[in-house]
Amino acid sequence: MGLFDMFKKKNSSEVAKDRLKLLLVSDRANCSPEIMEMIKNDIINVISKYMVIDAEGLDIQITQTESENNNGFVPALFANIPILDLKNSMQEKK
Amino acid sequence: MSEVIVVTSGKGGVGKTTTTANVGTGLAMLNKKVVLIDTDIGLRNLDVVMGLENRIVYNLVDVVEGNCRAKQALIKDKRYPNLFLLPSAQTRDKTAVSPEQMKKLTEELKDEFDYIILDCPAGIEQGFKNAIAGADRALIVTTPEVSAIRDADRIIGLLEAEEMKRSDLIVNRIRMDMVSRGDMMSIDDVVDILSINLIGAVPDDENVVISTNQGEPLVGDDSLAGQAYMNICRRIIGEEVPLLDLSGKSNIWQKIASIFKKN
Repeated sequence: MGLFDMFKKKNSSEVAKDRLKLLLVSDRANCSPEIMEMIKNDIINVISKYMVIDAEGLDIQITQTESENNNGFVPALFANIPILDLKNSMQEKK
Repeated sequence: MSEVIVVTSGKGGVGKTTTTANVGTGLAMLNKKVVLIDTDIGLRNLDVVMGLENRIVYNLVDVVEGNCRAKQALIKDKRYPNLFLLPSAQTRDKTAVSPEQMKKLTEELKDEFDYIILDCPAGIEQGFKNAIAGADRALIVTTPEVSAIRDADRIIGLLEAEEMKRSDLIVNRIRMDMVSRGDMMSIDDVVDILSINLIGAVPDDENVVISTNQGEPLVGDDSLAGQAYMNICRRIIGEEVPLLDLSGKSNIWQKIASIFKKN
């Protein structure tokens, strides 16, 4: 291995492994795209009560995360919700 | 005691038919009485891989529909008298057979044979359900690719739901040169992801293509794939066989030893 290999990005077998692990978590969770879409819409409705969010940019997925109880990886619902304006509903109530 | 083994994968083109042909032939070489059943109705292939395509008279659907007796439809292999093939129908579709009928057929064949090996069609629909209905154990074939492993995982889940007693994994078409330069998942990676028992790994060997061209399974010859398939057969009958070194590179001492062996 050359000196420059240290700076090289992950090799393709590791990329495949990581992609597969994520993919299988959501496959095994048996969550259909329709259900995911419903969860997504409900999240948008709830959060929108309190702040302005970018519904287009919202991304949810089932992934895995390291358990705090130290028994390996557990499935987790990951949501990335871009906030456009924090103040929104609070100001309206004033 | 006889066993019904289904060879399945979910994804097409990973080597189910080749595996069925080689495992079946290998078990026959180990003096077991074996029948191979092609359950891929409408897309039969096992007959050509076995080189028996010119001898077909009756097929699986004929047997199930009662047009002939099971014995009449069985084709005796060219090389091994204790190996038989029950070909699939080419002009019908998967709905021509039901899981109950397959179960009845495999039960009937158990009286006569040590191993009944079912070549399952790709997919998870009726053909898959037919093939697994009467099976005692499953061989799941996958290749070290994302798509094949994903489908294998789905199949493993479905087999668990159907309470399959035993499922073992075959990693097919592994290329050790690519694994060592980090461009292919290793056997351990695949086993780790699918977390089921590995029963063997078969290298991506051009001899497999040659053997399919000729219609003669290569199990038991001295090619790497031939040895790998024979090892799988030995493990199926319960022998402990260490995993084959698939790198295809022999070290200097093995080279010297092989020079002396040839003479």
